[in-house]
Amino acid sequence: MSILPYIVAAWLVFVGLYGIVTSRNLLHLVVCLAVMQSSSYLLLLSIGYVKDASAPMFSDLPGPTRAVDPVVQALTLTDVVVGTTVTALLLALAVQAHKRYGTLDPEQLRPGGPEH
Amino acid sequence: MSPRLRLRVFLVAGSGLFGLLIWGFAGLPDFGHFHGVYGQLLNRASTPERATTDVITAVNFDYRGFDTLGEEFILFAAVIGVTSLLRTLRGERVDTPDDDAPGRQVPETSLAVRVTGLLLVGPTVLVGLYVVVHGHQTPGGGFQGGVILATGLLLTYLSADYLTMRRVGPTALIEAGEAAGTAGFVLIALGGLIFAGTFFENFLHIGTAGQLLSAGTIPLSNFAVGLAVTGGFAFMLSEFLQQTLVKRRRQVR
Repeated sequence: MSILPYIVAAWLVFVGLYGIVTSRNLLHLVVCLAVMQSSSYLLLLSIGYVKDASAPMFSDLPGPTRAVDPVVQALTLTDVVVGTTVTALLLALAVQAHKRYGTLDPEQLRPGGPEH
Repeated sequence: MSPRLRLRVFLVAGSGLFGLLIWGFAGLPDFGHFHGVYGQLLNRASTPERATTDVITAVNFDYRGFDTLGEEFILFAAVIGVTSLLRTLRGERVDTPDDDAPGRQVPETSLAVRVTGLLLVGPTVLVGLYVVVHGHQTPGGGFQGGVILATGLLLTYLSADYLTMRRVGPTALIEAGEAAGTAGFVLIALGGLIFAGTFFENFLHIGTAGQLLSAGTIPLSNFAVGLAVTGGFAFMLSEFLQQTLVKRRRQVR
């Protein structure tokens, strides 16, 4: 039994979460969330993988051949789109935070702006 | 909470989560031995039924088109969210940033970057259109092609500046593309309701697999989504880049 892809997926969640918890910069935090999200791409694609099968593209294949699961691949596409939109929204929030508080350090984000 | 204490709390909770994830994943089907019937059924059915050789596009724009409609509106909502977050606030005025740092010399974009960027615009747009148009045959489709097309607009920013990008892709045009694409996808779905009796039913002639004009409404949906994604991404890029122009008039505390 090979569970290496699943271990990597769990590891990406863990590393991303570690980055978020210890982050001192909102842009870094957004990237860490993207790392966490990439774990879900890996997990979905790993679940649908079938050994020795081709991609679910039949444009240059003679007939029905074994192919990996197309549903999880379509789900991954949705996942990527959602990930991008989340990143865009968070970056917009980071821009606003910087305008309001003059810093990107989550520790300094308190009413009244950064401590000097 | 001090950073050190927070890290300790996280390491305890995080290793627990890590263990739980591994335990949960161990119950998944063995890697390489997935036997989901739905996917295999679609793999077998999509080429004869829908003349689609790219099964993922068939799933996205036909079999599970309703889910993609939700995905489409997530993107739409995010574009609206970014726009409203980055709107020009009270106390801000839009200005060129040159006089913001009088002592600092901003280096000019090098000629190599300008020329390469300019040369890449044409091929990028062509590849983007190819990916959108052939979505039902080869890997790609509206989402992927739309992102590539929006990159074409970003290249004009790299090789010139923000104001030139605004001239090449005026906001009104980008907005119209985004709106028309999103509405077009809904209209195609409604077309299924009107002409075939079911929302998202493929109501056009299916044709022969491998031909460009085949797969019924799938290429049309790809085109609509491609338009919406191009507009959405171009609009978000434009909004972020506009922040380089926004300057605060006074510190608001």
